[in-house]
Amino acid sequence: MFYWLLSVVRRQRIRRGWQKWSSARSGASVAEAHSVALPTQAQVVICGGGIMGTSVAYHLSKMGWKDIVLLEQGRLAAGSTRFCAGILSTARHLTIEQKMADYSNKLYHQLEQETGIQTGYVRTGSIFLAQTQDRLISLKRINSRLNVIGIPSEIISPKKVAELHPLLNVHDLVGAMHVPEDAMVSSADVALALATAASQNGVQIYDRTSVLHVIVKKGQVTGVETDKGQIQCQYFVNCAGQWAYELGLSNEEPVSIPLHACEHFYLLTRPLETPLQSNTPTIVDTDGRIYIRNWQGGILSGGFEKNPKPIFTEGKNQLEIQNLQEDWDHFEPLLSSLLRRMPQLETLEIMKLVNCPETFTPDMRCIMGESPSVQGYFVLAGMNSAGLSFGGGAGKYLAEWMMHGYPSENVWELDLKRFGALQSSRTFLRHRVMEVMPLLYDLKVPRWDFQTGRQLRTSPLYDRLDAQGARWMEKHGFERPKYFVPPDKDLLALEQSKTFYKPDWFDIVESEVKCCKEAVCVIDMSSFTKFEITSTGDQALEILQYLFSNDLDVPVGHIVHTGMLNEGGGYENDCSIARLSKRSFFMISPTDQQVHCWAWLKKHMPQDSNLLLEDVTWKYTALNLIGPRAVDVLSELSYAPMTPDHFPSLFCKEMSVGYANGIRVMSMTHTGEPGFMLYIPIEYALHVYNEVMSVGQKYGIRNAGYYALRSLRIEKFFAFWGQDLNTLTTPLECGRESWVKLEKGMDFIGRDALLQQKQNGVYKRFTMFILDDHDTDLDLWPWWGEPIYRNGQYVGKTTSSAYSYTLERHVCLGFVHNFSEDTGEEQVVTTDFINRGEYEIDIAGHRFHFKVLSCKAPSLSLWGSHLQSLITTNALFFKRTEYFCMSLPSLCPLKTPVVPCIM
Amino acid sequence: MRTASPRPRYQDSRKPAQRGIVGARSRSRRPRSCTRGDAGADLGASPLPNHRQAGHLRPAPPPLAPNTRAAPPSTGGRARSREAGPCNQWAARAEWKGLSDPRDVTKLARGAVRFRPRPPLASSPPTRHCAANRKTGSAPARTFGRGRVAARRSRGAEWAGRGRGASLRGVVPACVEGAPGSAAAASSSRRSGFFPGVPGIPVRSSSLPLFSDAMPGPTQLFFPLIRNCELSRIYGTACYCHHKHLCCSSPYLPQSRLRYTSHPAYATFCRPKDNWWQYTQGRRYASTPQKFYLTPPQVNSILKANEYSFKVPEFDGKNVSSVLGFDSNQLPANAPIEDRRSAATCLQTRGMLLGVFDGHAGCACSQAVSERLFYYIAVSLLPHETLLEIENAVESGRALLPILQWHKHPNDYFSKEASKLYFNSLRTYWQELIDLNTGESTDIDVKEALINAFKRLDNDISLEAQVGDPNSFLNYLVLRVAFSGATACVAHVDGVDLHVANTGDSRAMLGVQEEDGSWSAVTLSNDHNAQNERELERLKLEHPKNEAKSVVKQDRLLGLLMPFRAFGDVKFKWSIDLQKRVIESGPDQLNDNEYTKFIPPNYYTPPYLTAEPEVTYHRLRPQDKFLVLATDGLWETMHRQDVVRIVGEYLTGMHHQQPIAVGGYKVTLGQMHGLLTERRAKMSSVFEDQNAATHLIRHAVGNNEFGAVDHERLSKMLSLPEELARMYRDDITIIVVQFNSHVVGAYQNQE
Repeated sequence: MFYWLLSVVRRQRIRRGWQKWSSARSGASVAEAHSVALPTQAQVVICGGGIMGTSVAYHLSKMGWKDIVLLEQGRLAAGSTRFCAGILSTARHLTIEQKMADYSNKLYHQLEQETGIQTGYVRTGSIFLAQTQDRLISLKRINSRLNVIGIPSEIISPKKVAELHPLLNVHDLVGAMHVPEDAMVSSADVALALATAASQNGVQIYDRTSVLHVIVKKGQVTGVETDKGQIQCQYFVNCAGQWAYELGLSNEEPVSIPLHACEHFYLLTRPLETPLQSNTPTIVDTDGRIYIRNWQGGILSGGFEKNPKPIFTEGKNQLEIQNLQEDWDHFEPLLSSLLRRMPQLETLEIMKLVNCPETFTPDMRCIMGESPSVQGYFVLAGMNSAGLSFGGGAGKYLAEWMMHGYPSENVWELDLKRFGALQSSRTFLRHRVMEVMPLLYDLKVPRWDFQTGRQLRTSPLYDRLDAQGARWMEKHGFERPKYFVPPDKDLLALEQSKTFYKPDWFDIVESEVKCCKEAVCVIDMSSFTKFEITSTGDQALEILQYLFSNDLDVPVGHIVHTGMLNEGGGYENDCSIARLSKRSFFMISPTDQQVHCWAWLKKHMPQDSNLLLEDVTWKYTALNLIGPRAVDVLSELSYAPMTPDHFPSLFCKEMSVGYANGIRVMSMTHTGEPGFMLYIPIEYALHVYNEVMSVGQKYGIRNAGYYALRSLRIEKFFAFWGQDLNTLTTPLECGRESWVKLEKGMDFIGRDALLQQKQNGVYKRFTMFILDDHDTDLDLWPWWGEPIYRNGQYVGKTTSSAYSYTLERHVCLGFVHNFSEDTGEEQVVTTDFINRGEYEIDIAGHRFHFKVLSCKAPSLSLWGSHLQSLITTNALFFKRTEYFCMSLPSLCPLKTPVVPCIM
Repeated sequence: MRTASPRPRYQDSRKPAQRGIVGARSRSRRPRSCTRGDAGADLGASPLPNHRQAGHLRPAPPPLAPNTRAAPPSTGGRARSREAGPCNQWAARAEWKGLSDPRDVTKLARGAVRFRPRPPLASSPPTRHCAANRKTGSAPARTFGRGRVAARRSRGAEWAGRGRGASLRGVVPACVEGAPGSAAAASSSRRSGFFPGVPGIPVRSSSLPLFSDAMPGPTQLFFPLIRNCELSRIYGTACYCHHKHLCCSSPYLPQSRLRYTSHPAYATFCRPKDNWWQYTQGRRYASTPQKFYLTPPQVNSILKANEYSFKVPEFDGKNVSSVLGFDSNQLPANAPIEDRRSAATCLQTRGMLLGVFDGHAGCACSQAVSERLFYYIAVSLLPHETLLEIENAVESGRALLPILQWHKHPNDYFSKEASKLYFNSLRTYWQELIDLNTGESTDIDVKEALINAFKRLDNDISLEAQVGDPNSFLNYLVLRVAFSGATACVAHVDGVDLHVANTGDSRAMLGVQEEDGSWSAVTLSNDHNAQNERELERLKLEHPKNEAKSVVKQDRLLGLLMPFRAFGDVKFKWSIDLQKRVIESGPDQLNDNEYTKFIPPNYYTPPYLTAEPEVTYHRLRPQDKFLVLATDGLWETMHRQDVVRIVGEYLTGMHHQQPIAVGGYKVTLGQMHGLLTERRAKMSSVFEDQNAATHLIRHAVGNNEFGAVDHERLSKMLSLPEELARMYRDDITIIVVQFNSHVVGAYQNQE
């Protein structure tokens, strides 16, 4: 007995819809549909007939691509889509996710009208309950972000909650967030409607057809092998949901798509005596770990328990998800929570406990984009049980991505390339999703780290640093020290304190920063991605000149900071390149660029055996010596003069340090402080570290971590790729004109866009703010993503923030736009516009005064000839800036040159 | 009691000597002798009426949680024992000597180091802590003042002093970081070169390589579980709670099977393992102690590390054997564990063999017995023709008929090196059996076979040691086997015939379900120790009258050995001449060993010890649901009635807890919620374990005064450092055999 859980009442109609498109294609009935021969060729083959696959097909066909085949191994919408709880919620933590959900909401709303297929769309609104003050802060943060992208929402009192939903027990609530435009919809019907619309647009849909593997030639998709024959194609889209991992691995050249399924349970009941209204709002009680919606007069309630049950780790490839074992004992905590929230339900009769596996990813964000290793292989999967909310938007962005080469929004946070192949072992995924699933409803506080799947990649110094009290964070699988707990500090209290307010490592980081300013600190930065590009002739220089915006034809030994831009002039990567010899270059990029940058370089580099690109990340341990005494330490260790006369900034030399030879010493620190980076072949790492530490003793050397580095670089206004910079940000927008050599004598990617932008002016501008009336001890700390208001008008969001121990204030970096008051269109942003304005920042609903510190990057031209002085047009603020200049000698002209930070 | 000095020390590497409290211990144990003594009498009868009382009188381990603090039951006894026991003289002297020379702090570090953490998790700071605090309450000066020799003296001596100190002061005052304690702590920190003089700081040692040398069982298990920084927290807490409760009350010390006294020579045999701390130097990190216990999954992984289950395979969906299967498990207290277990199916005859072996003075003997005994039994059970067949096969180099199918946990190993030697001995045995049996009697008496096998194996062990082996490794091995000892409790199940052969103080207990569903225990073996009057009788009869007083002293054989029957232990079997001869011709390791040279006191008419088992026969009835074989580690902590009840409820509970499905019934959310809550309450006690033996260990170690598993207590007990673990419990080895009532019932109906 098969039964469509959530579409049970519309079963007949679905049949009709089904027949409609299948007959449109083959002229045969459903039963015979599978016997129809597959086409031998198509432009795009989409694997997966769930909401993701149909959404991609729908958007591609709508945007003009017609030659599309959609394959489904079972029946359409029979996987997770079928069991989806049908809640469309826009309250997400990431702006990009909010945008996707918002688009989906709008799309589903008009889908019924467009296709004539009922989708069961009801605008119910949803209420997010807060049982604790911290949860309320979290909701307020989401609320202020939702408002600025035009989604109505408000924070309401418990009393109001009781009015909106009659059954709720509100005694233990401190507040709630109401999102009135959230909706409920039948996901299976949405998928069918999308499929129908797509097939009307020419997409061919075949069910009961399994993709065996994807045929790849020379790193390019050429076709798909199915159980019904081969299809030649240019593009393949893996929308296989929880089978996506298996499918990715089935290739000859495997594509790793890190996701893993967990069992997910929800409860269906019979109708209440007085059936619930169809527009009863959905309740999300994250502290109780449950969601509750009305379902045919009764309720549907599920949740994300603390002890998830991962499933299919060994890759059991079942066709459709049969209804798995109901596990009441497992559901018990959620049931208790439900009855606590709605005590009147005690007498409600149970209909069913549904077990539907959901897929989760290692970082709680979905996976989309092109495979780094196989061109034309796109992925859209791993929805972390928000598939319905993201379906429309994600499909749209992926369609744009395929068609234009990039989506219209910055989706780096969701990009498949944020994972290396390293984060996709079955064991890792199994362990990590067990942490991720409960995290969906856990409180998300600033600066939390995953606890599982750790210690995967470590520096050779890991043990040494750990023994000295290092606390670790993970980036791209690499362990990096956050800060070092002094011996007399209480370790556990530090780990446990998760807060939106002042964290208790505050003093620890302060002392590390102070040491960087006054003496010398050493930070292990081995995680940075390091590439070497060499060639036999001038090929390396040529290709780099084409790929990078700055002029790389510099004398040997010089370091250039430059952006790797895309056609639109946006940053694909922000890196430092050292010219090791005429024909070889050493490239340092942020940690999480390892896959992305490699893929970009591979894509753009000619197939030339004389041109060699090598990933040497693992070959070097990087130590960052920051501080005025770094010079002394290093000269003592190398018996070589290290003064600026002998070793100017942005300079790279191979020299000996201690007993070890061949250490690449670079005069930059990624923070703007004076100091050096040492790139040490790993076998010398321990030796050099020990030497540095023992010699440094008399200069007051100590270990420091990334939090100190972060504070230093943000107070110096250094942007960080992935956080501040993204593919839609150009160097001109963040005041880095001096790093772009438009006239370097040859074309480079993005030059035209930059030329045009230079002519027209920029539409947003990277700006440095200082929080003015903010009490560090008592007020909420800024994190990132807080809306910025100029004269009461929303102008942009912050991208990163840190406490500056020098200014004794919070410093935030963010973009300022200029939205036209009448039309909302973006207008040119001038420095004048920025400087004339009263700014405010909205931290969880509370507005603080914001002062512009600068909107010009503290950049310097390559040879250190001049440093642009800070813009200090704000007269009122002049004094502080002056102080700023004095206290930060490195920012002032003609002192130690400033180097941008990449992290 | 007054024996010639030097005081005999017959000991193993782990078991602590309890000079001060042995007397008290045996005294407080005495009431139990009635339980054990007449255990044989109530075979097949209903549970003992007075078991509750007996349970109360048993020496209880010290309360682990501060709130359950109670006066140790044996305090008074201890005080008395101090006066009575001449064995305390030595300890007293040591203490006096220490007091006289308090400035000799140079050796202090040594003393402290013994209690310093071993790399593995279970030990680190707690040990030092406890040591420190112990000294606070016991004999601080002793540690300060002892000379080099004394400092190197084993833990045994230290404990003796400690116990004595405790008895002097009664209950030690609450947990205060006293000056002597902190001095000891400081001294050890000085050794590690970090943070000197910070009292009570556990060591945070978080580099993995530190733990790579041989770790005792539980620690290794932690590895996959916890990241190293968490490790530090566990250390921290283990320490915290230990020293606290150790300060608050004196530790419970299970009886060690062997008694040893503080003799200087002892130190040679039991070399203090103090090379481990070298690794830990320079990688220390200190913080204030934290409350942190093992999480339930960590506890589970310790408990489940050695669990093994075997289900008798079914044919055509039917199990025709009277045994459904068995669950077994071990929890080490010694490092390495000295208990062994074996299980095998006889392939040439019907029947299943199961056994637990409790070693003392090392694990060599128990290991050898666990490997060999079942072969001897199986061979003894074989009919003449099969023996001939096997002999012919060996003769002509053909493939041998398999005799046993072993059911082994991966941790249960067989020594490869000795297999040839063992095989040859076995072959000689069956050759003799062939020669003896002229084929007239075909009926083999299981009882006789068991007795013969036991005796023969012990004989072979003894003989191999006397003959020696050209291979020096093997030579040393056979000597170690012979000089260590092991008790054995073996069950042979064939249809409804259950034979239990027992040598020593392990026990076999039958779980019987009465008609009203309640559980009662039937003891199928007699303990061979001082609590068994008949054994005392036997020993006295076997030796001349003038030895009547010396043969059993302080409830121990010759004042030394707890079990009155055992494998190995040739020191109690060989003549003095033979012992001397073997030791002199033996390898240097043996010769250097003061311990082996030592001859038990009052050793006039050997042998004093035998391996001959007492065999009990029981015909299985449908109400006999299971058999528990366990070493004394279990029986010391739990009453047999409780054991049977817990296993019984566990086994029946297993069947009750099927997953719920709503399927078609009208159930409301409230009803379901009630049902689930109830089930969860039940499940939390039962369902954590899939293995009856694990479940039993969980109760044995973690039971609080209400008879329910207390997680906090469990986690404390399991995180005890290796040196302390032995103070609180013995090795526990359990096999739970489940019988197939249907098959047993069918047998009954046939007849």
